[in-house]
Amino acid sequence: MQRRQSPTPQDDRPILAVSDLHVAYGTITALRGITVRINQGEIVAVVGPNGAGKSTLLSTIAGLVRPRQGQIQYRGHSLVGRSIEDILRGGISLVPEGRHIFSAMTVEENLLLGATIRNDAREIDADIDSLTGRFPILRKRWQQPAGRLSGGEQQQLAIARALLSRPSLLILDEPSLGLAPGIIDEVYRILLEQRSRGTTILVVEQNATRALEAADYTHILSAGAIRLSGTSKQLLENPQFDAAYFGVAPPEGSSDRDHKRHSKLG
Amino acid sequence: MIINVIQNLVDAISVGSLYALTALGIGLIFGVMRLINFAHSELLTLTGYTLLLLNSEPTAVAIIGGVVVAIAIALATERVVFRPLRGADPTTLLIASFALSFFIQKTLALTVGSKTKGIDVLPQLGAQIVIGGVRFQLLKVVTIVVTIVLLGLLSWFLKRTRYGRQMRAAAENFRMAQLLGVRANLVISLAFAISGILAAAVGILFVSQSGFLEPRMGLQLVAIAFVGTVIGGLGSLTGAAVGGFLVGAATVLLQAVLPLGLREFRELFVYLLVVVILLVRPQGLIPAPGLRQRV
Repeated sequence: MQRRQSPTPQDDRPILAVSDLHVAYGTITALRGITVRINQGEIVAVVGPNGAGKSTLLSTIAGLVRPRQGQIQYRGHSLVGRSIEDILRGGISLVPEGRHIFSAMTVEENLLLGATIRNDAREIDADIDSLTGRFPILRKRWQQPAGRLSGGEQQQLAIARALLSRPSLLILDEPSLGLAPGIIDEVYRILLEQRSRGTTILVVEQNATRALEAADYTHILSAGAIRLSGTSKQLLENPQFDAAYFGVAPPEGSSDRDHKRHSKLG
Repeated sequence: MIINVIQNLVDAISVGSLYALTALGIGLIFGVMRLINFAHSELLTLTGYTLLLLNSEPTAVAIIGGVVVAIAIALATERVVFRPLRGADPTTLLIASFALSFFIQKTLALTVGSKTKGIDVLPQLGAQIVIGGVRFQLLKVVTIVVTIVLLGLLSWFLKRTRYGRQMRAAAENFRMAQLLGVRANLVISLAFAISGILAAAVGILFVSQSGFLEPRMGLQLVAIAFVGTVIGGLGSLTGAAVGGFLVGAATVLLQAVLPLGLREFRELFVYLLVVVILLVRPQGLIPAPGLRQRV
Protein backbone atom coordinates (compact mmCIF):
# COMPACT_ATOMS: atom_id res chain seq x y z
CA MET A 1 0.00 0.00 0.00
CA GLN A 2 1.33 3.37 -0.98
CA ARG A 3 2.00 5.66 1.98
CA ARG A 4 1.73 9.36 1.55
CA GLN A 5 3.67 11.90 3.56
CA SER A 6 2.37 12.95 6.93
CA PRO A 7 0.94 16.49 6.93
CA THR A 8 3.37 17.56 9.65
CA PRO A 9 6.34 15.25 9.41
CA GLN A 10 8.52 15.57 12.49
CA ASP A 11 10.21 12.25 12.20
CA ASP A 12 11.01 9.89 9.39
CA ARG A 13 9.83 6.95 11.39
CA PRO A 14 6.15 6.45 12.17
CA ILE A 15 5.09 7.01 15.79
CA LEU A 16 3.35 3.62 15.70
CA ALA A 17 4.08 0.77 13.36
CA VAL A 18 2.01 -2.38 13.56
CA SER A 19 3.38 -5.10 11.35
CA ASP A 20 2.03 -8.51 10.45
CA LEU A 21 -0.08 -8.66 13.61
CA HIS A 22 -1.87 -11.93 14.28
CA VAL A 23 -4.23 -12.22 17.24
CA ALA A 24 -6.34 -15.18 18.21
CA TYR A 25 -8.68 -15.98 21.08
CA GLY A 26 -8.25 -19.67 21.63
CA THR A 27 -8.97 -21.26 18.27
CA ILE A 28 -10.73 -18.20 16.87
CA THR A 29 -8.55 -15.90 14.81
CA ALA A 30 -9.36 -12.21 15.19
CA LEU A 31 -6.53 -10.56 13.26
CA ARG A 32 -4.65 -12.15 10.37
CA GLY A 33 -1.53 -10.20 9.58
CA ILE A 34 -2.40 -6.54 10.05
CA THR A 35 0.08 -3.84 9.06
CA VAL A 36 -0.68 -0.23 9.99
CA ARG A 37 1.64 2.79 10.22
CA ILE A 38 0.76 6.05 11.91
CA ASN A 39 2.88 9.16 11.52
CA GLN A 40 3.25 11.86 14.12
CA GLY A 41 0.33 14.29 14.08
CA GLU A 42 -1.94 12.19 11.86
CA ILE A 43 -5.48 11.03 12.37
CA VAL A 44 -5.68 7.46 11.14
CA ALA A 45 -9.02 5.65 10.98
CA VAL A 46 -9.70 1.95 10.84
CA VAL A 47 -13.22 1.25 9.66
CA GLY A 48 -15.02 -1.98 9.07
CA PRO A 49 -18.12 -3.97 9.89
CA ASN A 50 -18.97 -5.40 13.26
CA GLY A 51 -16.71 -8.36 13.98
CA ALA A 52 -13.90 -7.19 11.72
CA GLY A 53 -11.35 -7.17 14.54
CA LYS A 54 -11.15 -3.41 15.09
CA SER A 55 -11.47 -3.55 18.86
CA THR A 56 -8.97 -6.37 18.97
CA LEU A 57 -6.43 -4.21 17.17
CA LEU A 58 -6.81 -1.41 19.72
CA SER A 59 -6.84 -3.79 22.68
CA THR A 60 -3.63 -5.35 21.45
CA ILE A 61 -1.92 -1.97 21.06
CA ALA A 62 -3.05 -0.96 24.57
CA GLY A 63 -1.64 -4.17 26.06
CA LEU A 64 -4.96 -5.80 26.96
CA VAL A 65 -4.42 -8.67 24.54
CA ARG A 66 -1.19 -10.44 23.59
CA PRO A 67 -0.63 -11.03 19.88
CA ARG A 68 0.18 -14.49 18.61
CA GLN A 69 2.61 -13.12 16.07
CA GLY A 70 3.82 -9.80 14.72
CA GLN A 71 5.27 -6.56 15.99
CA ILE A 72 4.01 -3.30 17.44
CA GLN A 73 6.69 -0.62 17.41
CA TYR A 74 6.00 2.63 19.21
CA ARG A 75 8.63 5.34 18.79
CA GLY A 76 11.02 2.57 17.84
CA HIS A 77 10.36 0.37 20.90
CA SER A 78 8.40 -2.86 20.88
CA LEU A 79 5.13 -2.82 22.82
CA VAL A 80 4.53 -6.56 22.65
CA GLY A 81 4.63 -8.06 26.13
CA ARG A 82 4.64 -4.68 27.87
CA SER A 83 2.15 -4.05 30.68
CA ILE A 84 -0.92 -1.86 30.28
CA GLU A 85 0.63 0.66 32.65
CA ASP A 86 3.94 0.74 30.77
CA ILE A 87 2.17 1.42 27.51
CA LEU A 88 0.11 4.18 29.12
CA ARG A 89 3.21 5.73 30.66
CA GLY A 90 4.83 5.55 27.24
CA GLY A 91 2.13 7.90 25.98
CA ILE A 92 -0.66 5.78 24.52
CA SER A 93 -4.13 6.30 25.98
CA LEU A 94 -7.19 4.25 25.01
CA VAL A 95 -10.79 5.46 25.13
CA PRO A 96 -12.59 2.12 25.02
CA GLU A 97 -15.84 1.32 23.30
CA GLY A 98 -18.76 2.14 25.56
CA ARG A 99 -16.74 4.93 27.25
CA HIS A 100 -16.60 3.16 30.63
CA ILE A 101 -16.76 6.21 32.78
CA PHE A 102 -17.01 5.45 36.51
CA SER A 103 -20.71 6.09 36.88
CA ALA A 104 -20.87 6.19 40.68
CA MET A 105 -18.02 8.68 40.88
CA THR A 106 -18.22 12.39 40.21
CA VAL A 107 -17.01 14.08 37.03
CA GLU A 108 -14.13 15.54 39.05
CA GLU A 109 -13.09 12.11 40.36
CA ASN A 110 -13.25 10.61 36.88
CA LEU A 111 -10.93 13.31 35.59
CA LEU A 112 -8.51 12.93 38.49
CA LEU A 113 -8.34 9.20 37.78
CA GLY A 114 -7.23 10.09 34.27
CA ALA A 115 -4.10 11.57 35.84
CA THR A 116 -3.32 8.46 37.93
CA ILE A 117 0.16 8.02 36.45
CA ARG A 118 1.13 11.64 37.11
CA ASN A 119 2.47 13.20 40.30
CA ASP A 120 2.57 16.87 39.30
CA ALA A 121 -0.51 18.04 41.22
CA ARG A 122 -0.26 21.65 40.10
CA GLU A 123 0.14 20.74 36.43
CA ILE A 124 -2.78 18.32 36.72
CA ASP A 125 -4.96 21.13 38.06
CA ALA A 126 -3.88 23.36 35.19
CA ASP A 127 -4.67 20.61 32.67
CA ILE A 128 -8.08 20.06 34.24
CA ASP A 129 -8.78 23.79 34.08
CA SER A 130 -7.84 23.89 30.45
CA LEU A 131 -9.89 20.79 29.62
CA THR A 132 -12.98 22.05 31.42
CA GLY A 133 -12.52 25.27 29.48
CA ARG A 134 -12.73 23.23 26.30
CA PHE A 135 -15.57 21.03 27.62
CA PRO A 136 -17.67 23.48 29.68
CA ILE A 137 -20.33 20.87 30.36
CA LEU A 138 -17.87 18.98 32.56
CA ARG A 139 -17.35 22.05 34.72
CA LYS A 140 -21.10 22.45 34.98
CA ARG A 141 -21.54 18.85 36.13
CA TRP A 142 -18.40 18.89 38.25
CA GLN A 143 -19.79 17.24 41.41
CA GLN A 144 -22.44 15.07 39.77
CA PRO A 145 -22.12 11.31 39.49
CA ALA A 146 -20.83 10.70 35.97
CA GLY A 147 -23.55 8.10 35.42
CA ARG A 148 -26.10 10.91 35.22
CA LEU A 149 -24.41 12.51 32.21
CA SER A 150 -25.90 12.03 28.74
CA GLY A 151 -24.11 9.78 26.25
CA GLY A 152 -22.41 12.71 24.51
CA GLU A 153 -21.32 14.22 27.81
CA GLN A 154 -19.94 10.87 28.91
CA GLN A 155 -17.95 10.63 25.69
CA GLN A 156 -16.49 14.09 26.34
CA LEU A 157 -15.64 12.99 29.87
CA ALA A 158 -14.02 9.79 28.61
CA ILE A 159 -11.89 11.73 26.11
CA ALA A 160 -10.94 14.39 28.66
CA ARG A 161 -10.04 11.66 31.15
CA ALA A 162 -7.86 9.93 28.58
CA LEU A 163 -6.13 13.23 27.73
CA LEU A 164 -5.17 13.79 31.36
CA SER A 165 -2.43 11.20 31.04
CA ARG A 166 -0.99 13.57 28.38
CA PRO A 167 -0.83 10.96 25.63
CA SER A 168 1.14 11.42 22.43
CA LEU A 169 -1.13 8.85 20.79
CA LEU A 170 -4.83 8.82 21.61
CA ILE A 171 -6.70 5.75 20.47
CA LEU A 172 -10.49 5.64 20.44
CA ASP A 173 -12.80 2.70 19.95
CA GLU A 174 -16.11 3.65 18.30
CA PRO A 175 -16.35 7.16 19.77
CA SER A 176 -19.55 7.89 17.84
CA LEU A 177 -21.39 4.74 18.90
CA GLY A 178 -24.88 5.48 20.20
CA LEU A 179 -24.58 9.25 19.80
CA ALA A 180 -26.86 11.61 17.87
CA PRO A 181 -25.39 13.11 14.65
CA GLY A 182 -24.95 16.58 16.17
CA ILE A 183 -23.09 15.12 19.11
CA ILE A 184 -20.89 13.04 16.81
CA ASP A 185 -19.88 16.27 15.03
CA GLU A 186 -18.95 17.69 18.40
CA VAL A 187 -16.82 14.64 19.26
CA TYR A 188 -14.96 14.85 15.95
CA ARG A 189 -14.49 18.58 16.34
CA ILE A 190 -12.77 17.79 19.64
CA LEU A 191 -10.56 15.17 17.97
CA LEU A 192 -9.53 17.52 15.17
CA GLU A 193 -8.74 20.21 17.70
CA GLN A 194 -6.71 17.75 19.73
CA ARG A 195 -4.74 16.79 16.64
CA SER A 196 -3.96 20.46 16.07
CA ARG A 197 -2.43 20.43 19.55
CA GLY A 198 -0.01 17.78 18.38
CA THR A 199 -1.70 14.58 19.52
CA THR A 200 -1.65 11.70 17.08
CA ILE A 201 -4.99 9.91 16.86
CA LEU A 202 -6.01 6.40 15.89
CA VAL A 203 -9.76 5.96 15.71
CA VAL A 204 -11.79 2.87 15.00
CA GLU A 205 -15.33 3.20 13.66
CA GLN A 206 -18.08 1.10 12.24
CA ASN A 207 -19.63 4.33 10.98
CA ALA A 208 -17.19 4.92 8.13
CA THR A 209 -18.45 8.25 6.82
CA ARG A 210 -17.59 10.40 9.80
CA ALA A 211 -14.23 8.77 10.34
CA LEU A 212 -13.28 9.11 6.65
CA GLU A 213 -14.01 12.83 6.75
CA ALA A 214 -11.73 13.40 9.72
CA ALA A 215 -8.90 11.00 8.94
CA ASP A 216 -5.74 11.68 7.01
CA TYR A 217 -5.51 8.04 6.19
CA THR A 218 -8.01 5.19 6.49
CA HIS A 219 -7.79 1.43 6.52
CA ILE A 220 -10.75 -0.80 5.84
CA LEU A 221 -10.63 -3.86 8.07
CA SER A 222 -12.82 -6.82 7.39
CA ALA A 223 -12.68 -10.36 8.74
CA GLY A 224 -9.37 -9.71 10.47
CA ALA A 225 -7.47 -8.34 7.48
CA ILE A 226 -6.97 -4.94 5.88
CA ARG A 227 -8.79 -4.92 2.56
CA LEU A 228 -8.12 -1.41 1.37
CA SER A 229 -6.18 1.66 2.52
CA GLY A 230 -5.81 5.22 1.38
CA THR A 231 -6.80 8.81 1.92
CA SER A 232 -10.51 9.55 2.19
CA LYS A 233 -10.60 10.82 -1.37
CA GLN A 234 -8.81 7.76 -2.73
CA LEU A 235 -11.11 5.42 -0.84
CA LEU A 236 -14.37 7.13 -1.74
CA GLU A 237 -13.38 7.15 -5.41
CA ASN A 238 -12.30 3.53 -5.28
CA PRO A 239 -14.96 1.30 -6.84
CA GLN A 240 -13.86 -1.51 -4.54
CA PHE A 241 -14.79 0.44 -1.40
CA ASP A 242 -18.15 -1.20 -0.80
CA ALA A 243 -16.83 -4.62 -1.67
CA ALA A 244 -13.97 -4.18 0.75
CA TYR A 245 -16.22 -2.97 3.52
CA PHE A 246 -19.13 -5.37 3.07
CA GLY A 247 -17.97 -7.92 0.54
CA VAL A 248 -16.11 -10.30 2.76
CA ALA A 249 -18.30 -12.24 5.10
CA PRO A 250 -16.99 -12.46 8.66
CA PRO A 251 -15.56 -15.88 9.45
CA GLU A 252 -17.36 -18.46 11.50
CA GLY A 253 -17.72 -17.43 15.14
CA SER A 254 -17.26 -13.73 14.45
CA SER A 255 -14.15 -12.39 16.11
CA ASP A 256 -15.53 -9.21 17.64
CA ARG A 257 -18.22 -11.01 19.55
CA ASP A 258 -15.63 -13.38 20.85
CA HIS A 259 -13.31 -10.53 21.66
CA LYS A 260 -15.96 -8.93 23.85
CA ARG A 261 -16.34 -12.11 25.82
CA HIS A 262 -12.61 -12.19 26.49
CA SER A 263 -11.70 -8.63 27.16
CA LYS A 264 -14.95 -6.99 28.09
CA LEU A 265 -14.27 -4.00 30.28
CA GLY A 266 -15.91 -4.23 33.63
CA MET B 1 -40.03 -0.30 80.24
CA ILE B 2 -38.55 2.60 78.27
CA ILE B 3 -35.18 1.85 79.87
CA ASN B 4 -35.48 -1.70 78.66
CA VAL B 5 -36.17 -0.53 75.12
CA ILE B 6 -33.14 1.76 75.14
CA GLN B 7 -30.90 -0.99 76.49
CA ASN B 8 -32.12 -3.38 73.83
CA LEU B 9 -31.52 -0.77 71.17
CA VAL B 10 -27.95 -0.20 72.35
CA ASP B 11 -27.42 -3.96 72.34
CA ALA B 12 -28.80 -4.18 68.84
CA ILE B 13 -26.66 -1.31 67.60
CA SER B 14 -23.51 -2.72 69.14
CA VAL B 15 -24.04 -6.21 67.68
CA GLY B 16 -25.13 -4.64 64.40
CA SER B 17 -21.90 -2.63 64.43
CA LEU B 18 -19.75 -5.76 64.66
CA TYR B 19 -21.56 -7.32 61.72
CA ALA B 20 -21.36 -4.07 59.77
CA LEU B 21 -17.56 -3.99 60.18
CA THR B 22 -17.30 -7.66 59.21
CA ALA B 23 -19.54 -7.20 56.18
CA LEU B 24 -17.52 -4.16 55.16
CA GLY B 25 -14.30 -6.20 55.21
CA ILE B 26 -15.89 -8.84 53.00
CA GLY B 27 -17.50 -6.23 50.75
CA LEU B 28 -14.23 -4.38 50.22
CA ILE B 29 -12.46 -7.49 48.91
CA PHE B 30 -15.46 -8.49 46.81
CA GLY B 31 -15.47 -5.01 45.31
CA VAL B 32 -11.93 -5.08 43.99
CA MET B 33 -11.54 -8.79 43.28
CA ARG B 34 -15.01 -10.35 42.98
CA LEU B 35 -13.80 -12.70 45.70
CA ILE B 36 -16.10 -13.70 48.55
CA ASN B 37 -13.39 -14.25 51.11
CA PHE B 38 -14.57 -16.71 53.72
CA ALA B 39 -11.04 -16.77 55.07
CA HIS B 40 -11.88 -13.31 56.43
CA SER B 41 -13.21 -15.27 59.42
CA GLU B 42 -9.74 -16.59 60.16
CA LEU B 43 -8.43 -13.04 60.40
CA LEU B 44 -10.87 -12.50 63.27
CA THR B 45 -9.95 -15.80 64.86
CA LEU B 46 -6.20 -15.26 64.58
CA THR B 47 -6.55 -11.81 66.11
CA GLY B 48 -8.26 -13.48 69.06
CA TYR B 49 -5.46 -16.05 69.48
CA THR B 50 -2.86 -13.31 69.24
CA LEU B 51 -4.58 -11.57 72.15
CA LEU B 52 -4.34 -14.82 74.10
CA LEU B 53 -0.66 -15.18 73.24
CA LEU B 54 0.04 -11.62 74.38
CA ASN B 55 -2.24 -11.86 77.39
CA SER B 56 0.52 -11.08 79.86
CA GLU B 57 1.68 -8.03 77.90
CA PRO B 58 0.16 -4.57 78.38
CA THR B 59 -3.26 -4.23 76.72
CA ALA B 60 -2.01 -1.78 74.11
CA VAL B 61 0.72 -4.22 73.03
CA ALA B 62 -1.81 -7.05 72.73
CA ILE B 63 -4.16 -4.92 70.64
CA ILE B 64 -1.43 -3.65 68.33
CA GLY B 65 -0.15 -7.23 68.03
CA GLY B 66 -3.62 -8.43 67.06
CA VAL B 67 -3.97 -5.75 64.38
CA VAL B 68 -0.49 -6.41 62.98
CA VAL B 69 -1.12 -10.16 62.77
CA ALA B 70 -4.46 -9.66 61.01
CA ILE B 71 -2.92 -7.30 58.45
CA ALA B 72 0.06 -9.62 57.90
CA ILE B 73 -2.12 -12.70 57.43
CA ALA B 74 -4.46 -10.79 55.10
CA LEU B 75 -1.54 -9.64 52.94
CA ALA B 76 0.08 -13.07 53.00
CA THR B 77 -3.09 -14.87 51.90
CA GLU B 78 -3.51 -12.37 49.08
CA ARG B 79 0.04 -12.87 47.91
CA VAL B 80 0.20 -16.65 48.25
CA VAL B 81 -3.34 -17.80 47.50
CA PHE B 82 -5.38 -15.16 45.72
CA ARG B 83 -2.83 -13.40 43.52
CA PRO B 84 -2.08 -16.52 41.48
CA LEU B 85 -5.84 -16.89 41.02
CA ARG B 86 -6.38 -13.30 39.91
CA GLY B 87 -8.91 -13.19 37.12
CA ALA B 88 -10.11 -16.71 37.83
CA ASP B 89 -13.77 -17.56 37.88
CA PRO B 90 -15.56 -16.23 41.04
CA THR B 91 -16.50 -19.82 41.91
CA THR B 92 -12.84 -20.86 41.86
CA LEU B 93 -12.00 -17.91 44.11
CA LEU B 94 -14.82 -18.77 46.50
CA ILE B 95 -13.70 -22.39 46.80
CA ALA B 96 -10.09 -21.32 47.28
CA SER B 97 -11.20 -19.04 50.12
CA PHE B 98 -13.05 -21.96 51.75
CA ALA B 99 -9.97 -24.14 51.40
CA LEU B 100 -7.82 -21.43 52.96
CA SER B 101 -10.32 -20.92 55.76
CA PHE B 102 -10.35 -24.64 56.61
CA PHE B 103 -6.59 -24.85 56.31
CA ILE B 104 -6.08 -22.11 58.89
CA GLN B 105 -8.79 -23.50 61.18
CA LYS B 106 -7.34 -27.01 61.12
CA THR B 107 -3.81 -25.70 61.58
CA LEU B 108 -5.00 -23.83 64.65
CA ALA B 109 -6.75 -26.94 65.97
CA LEU B 110 -3.57 -28.92 65.42
CA THR B 111 -1.26 -26.44 67.10
CA VAL B 112 -3.28 -24.83 69.90
CA GLY B 113 -6.11 -27.36 70.09
CA SER B 114 -9.74 -27.17 69.11
CA LYS B 115 -10.98 -26.83 72.69
CA THR B 116 -12.64 -23.58 73.69
CA LYS B 117 -10.32 -21.33 75.66
CA GLY B 118 -11.43 -18.63 78.05
CA ILE B 119 -9.89 -15.20 77.68
CA ASP B 120 -10.45 -11.95 79.46
CA VAL B 121 -9.51 -9.10 77.17
CA LEU B 122 -10.07 -5.53 78.28
CA PRO B 123 -11.78 -6.43 81.58
CA GLN B 124 -12.12 -2.68 82.24
CA LEU B 125 -14.79 -2.59 79.55
CA GLY B 126 -17.02 -4.93 81.50
CA ALA B 127 -17.93 -2.01 83.76
CA GLN B 128 -21.39 -0.54 83.68
CA ILE B 129 -21.88 3.11 82.98
CA VAL B 130 -24.98 5.15 83.61
CA ILE B 131 -26.11 7.68 81.05
CA GLY B 132 -29.32 9.56 81.78
CA GLY B 133 -30.41 6.98 84.31
CA VAL B 134 -29.90 4.07 81.91
CA ARG B 135 -27.20 1.49 82.60
CA PHE B 136 -24.99 0.33 79.75
CA GLN B 137 -22.06 -2.00 79.56
CA LEU B 138 -19.09 0.18 78.63
CA LEU B 139 -17.95 -2.38 76.04
CA LYS B 140 -21.15 -1.89 74.02
CA VAL B 141 -20.67 1.84 73.92
CA VAL B 142 -17.01 1.39 72.97
CA THR B 143 -18.02 -1.03 70.20
CA ILE B 144 -20.37 1.55 68.76
CA VAL B 145 -17.80 4.34 69.02
CA VAL B 146 -15.03 2.24 67.44
CA THR B 147 -17.35 1.33 64.59
CA ILE B 148 -18.30 4.95 63.95
CA VAL B 149 -14.63 5.97 63.98
CA LEU B 150 -13.61 3.17 61.60
CA LEU B 151 -16.50 3.89 59.24
CA GLY B 152 -15.53 7.56 59.26
CA LEU B 153 -11.88 6.80 58.55
CA LEU B 154 -12.70 4.33 55.79
CA SER B 155 -15.13 6.74 54.20
CA TRP B 156 -12.53 9.51 54.36
CA PHE B 157 -9.91 7.23 52.84
CA LEU B 158 -12.17 6.11 49.99
CA LYS B 159 -13.55 9.54 49.16
CA ARG B 160 -10.72 11.92 49.89
CA THR B 161 -7.48 10.15 49.10
CA ARG B 162 -5.86 9.23 45.85
CA TYR B 163 -5.63 5.53 46.63
CA GLY B 164 -9.18 5.46 47.95
CA ARG B 165 -10.34 6.89 44.66
CA GLN B 166 -8.34 4.29 42.77
CA MET B 167 -9.87 1.56 44.91
CA ARG B 168 -13.40 2.72 44.19
CA ALA B 169 -12.62 2.97 40.49
CA ALA B 170 -11.18 -0.56 40.51
CA ALA B 171 -14.28 -1.81 42.33
CA GLU B 172 -16.57 -0.33 39.70
CA ASN B 173 -14.58 -1.32 36.62
CA PHE B 174 -11.24 -2.99 37.18
CA ARG B 175 -10.13 -3.11 33.55
CA MET B 176 -10.87 0.56 32.95
CA ALA B 177 -9.03 1.49 36.14
CA GLN B 178 -6.01 -0.44 34.86
CA LEU B 179 -6.23 1.36 31.53
CA LEU B 180 -5.85 4.62 33.46
CA GLY B 181 -2.76 3.33 35.22
CA VAL B 182 -4.27 2.08 38.49
CA ARG B 183 -2.00 -0.67 39.78
CA ALA B 184 -3.90 -3.86 40.41
CA ASN B 185 -1.44 -5.26 42.95
CA LEU B 186 -1.34 -2.08 44.97
CA VAL B 187 -5.09 -1.56 45.12
CA ILE B 188 -5.82 -5.18 45.95
CA SER B 189 -3.10 -5.37 48.61
CA LEU B 190 -4.45 -2.18 50.18
CA ALA B 191 -7.95 -3.63 50.23
CA PHE B 192 -6.64 -6.75 51.97
CA ALA B 193 -4.71 -4.68 54.51
CA ILE B 194 -7.83 -2.66 55.32
CA SER B 195 -9.91 -5.82 55.59
CA GLY B 196 -7.27 -7.03 58.07
CA ILE B 197 -7.71 -3.89 60.19
CA LEU B 198 -11.49 -4.27 60.14
CA ALA B 199 -11.24 -7.96 61.03
CA ALA B 200 -8.86 -7.19 63.89
CA ALA B 201 -11.24 -4.61 65.32
CA VAL B 202 -14.12 -7.08 65.17
CA GLY B 203 -11.94 -9.86 66.60
CA ILE B 204 -10.86 -7.76 69.58
CA LEU B 205 -14.35 -6.46 70.34
CA PHE B 206 -16.00 -9.82 69.83
CA VAL B 207 -13.56 -11.71 72.03
CA SER B 208 -13.88 -9.03 74.73
CA GLN B 209 -17.62 -9.55 74.64
CA SER B 210 -17.74 -13.34 74.46
CA GLY B 211 -14.72 -14.12 76.63
CA PHE B 212 -13.86 -17.28 74.71
CA LEU B 213 -11.78 -18.47 71.76
CA GLU B 214 -12.08 -21.44 69.44
CA PRO B 215 -10.76 -22.10 65.97
CA ARG B 216 -14.23 -21.98 64.45
CA MET B 217 -15.40 -18.76 66.07
CA GLY B 218 -14.85 -16.46 63.09
CA LEU B 219 -16.80 -18.48 60.57
CA GLN B 220 -20.17 -18.00 62.23
CA LEU B 221 -19.72 -14.24 62.33
CA VAL B 222 -18.57 -14.13 58.73
CA ALA B 223 -21.39 -16.34 57.48
CA ILE B 224 -23.98 -13.98 58.95
CA ALA B 225 -22.08 -10.87 57.87
CA PHE B 226 -21.91 -12.30 54.36
CA VAL B 227 -25.68 -12.51 54.32
CA GLY B 228 -25.57 -8.84 55.28
CA THR B 229 -23.40 -7.96 52.28
CA VAL B 230 -25.82 -9.78 50.00
CA ILE B 231 -28.95 -8.03 51.24
CA GLY B 232 -27.05 -4.74 51.23
CA GLY B 233 -26.07 -5.29 47.59
CA LEU B 234 -22.89 -7.21 46.74
CA GLY B 235 -20.14 -4.85 45.67
CA SER B 236 -21.61 -1.80 47.36
CA LEU B 237 -19.73 -0.76 50.50
CA THR B 238 -22.53 1.33 51.95
CA GLY B 239 -24.80 -1.62 51.21
CA ALA B 240 -22.46 -4.00 53.03
CA ALA B 241 -22.33 -1.80 56.12
CA VAL B 242 -26.10 -1.28 56.15
CA GLY B 243 -26.89 -4.93 55.41
CA GLY B 244 -24.46 -6.23 58.03
CA PHE B 245 -25.83 -3.81 60.56
CA LEU B 246 -29.45 -4.77 59.83
CA VAL B 247 -28.81 -8.51 60.12
CA GLY B 248 -26.93 -8.10 63.39
CA ALA B 249 -29.41 -5.67 64.86
CA ALA B 250 -32.38 -7.76 63.75
CA THR B 251 -30.96 -10.79 65.54
CA VAL B 252 -30.75 -8.93 68.84
CA LEU B 253 -34.10 -7.20 68.48
CA LEU B 254 -35.87 -10.45 67.64
CA GLN B 255 -34.32 -11.97 70.74
CA ALA B 256 -35.98 -9.20 72.76
CA VAL B 257 -39.28 -9.06 70.91
CA LEU B 258 -40.11 -12.70 70.17
CA PRO B 259 -42.19 -14.67 72.67
CA LEU B 260 -40.05 -16.88 74.89
CA GLY B 261 -40.86 -20.14 73.11
CA LEU B 262 -39.82 -18.79 69.73
CA ARG B 263 -36.55 -17.15 70.75
CA GLU B 264 -34.41 -20.13 69.98
CA PHE B 265 -35.71 -19.95 66.40
CA ARG B 266 -34.81 -16.29 65.96
CA GLU B 267 -32.39 -17.07 63.08
CA LEU B 268 -35.37 -18.48 61.24
CA PHE B 269 -37.04 -15.10 61.39
CA VAL B 270 -33.85 -13.25 60.48
CA TYR B 271 -33.44 -15.35 57.34
CA LEU B 272 -37.13 -15.01 56.54
CA LEU B 273 -36.50 -11.27 56.54
CA VAL B 274 -33.49 -11.81 54.28
CA VAL B 275 -35.60 -13.82 51.82
CA VAL B 276 -38.26 -11.12 51.74
CA ILE B 277 -35.67 -8.38 51.13
CA LEU B 278 -34.08 -10.34 48.30
CA LEU B 279 -37.47 -11.06 46.73
CA VAL B 280 -38.31 -7.37 46.72
CA ARG B 281 -34.83 -6.13 45.84
CA PRO B 282 -32.82 -8.93 44.22
CA GLN B 283 -29.83 -6.59 43.69
CA GLY B 284 -29.80 -5.74 47.38
CA LEU B 285 -30.82 -2.62 49.22
CA ILE B 286 -28.09 -0.42 47.71
CA PRO B 287 -26.95 -2.03 44.43
CA ALA B 288 -23.38 -1.50 43.25
CA PRO B 289 -23.10 0.53 40.04
CA GLY B 290 -20.47 -1.72 38.49
CA LEU B 291 -22.53 -4.83 38.94
CA ARG B 292 -25.67 -3.23 37.60
CA GLN B 293 -23.82 -2.37 34.40
CA ARG B 294 -22.57 -5.89 34.03
CA VAL B 295 -25.96 -7.53 34.03
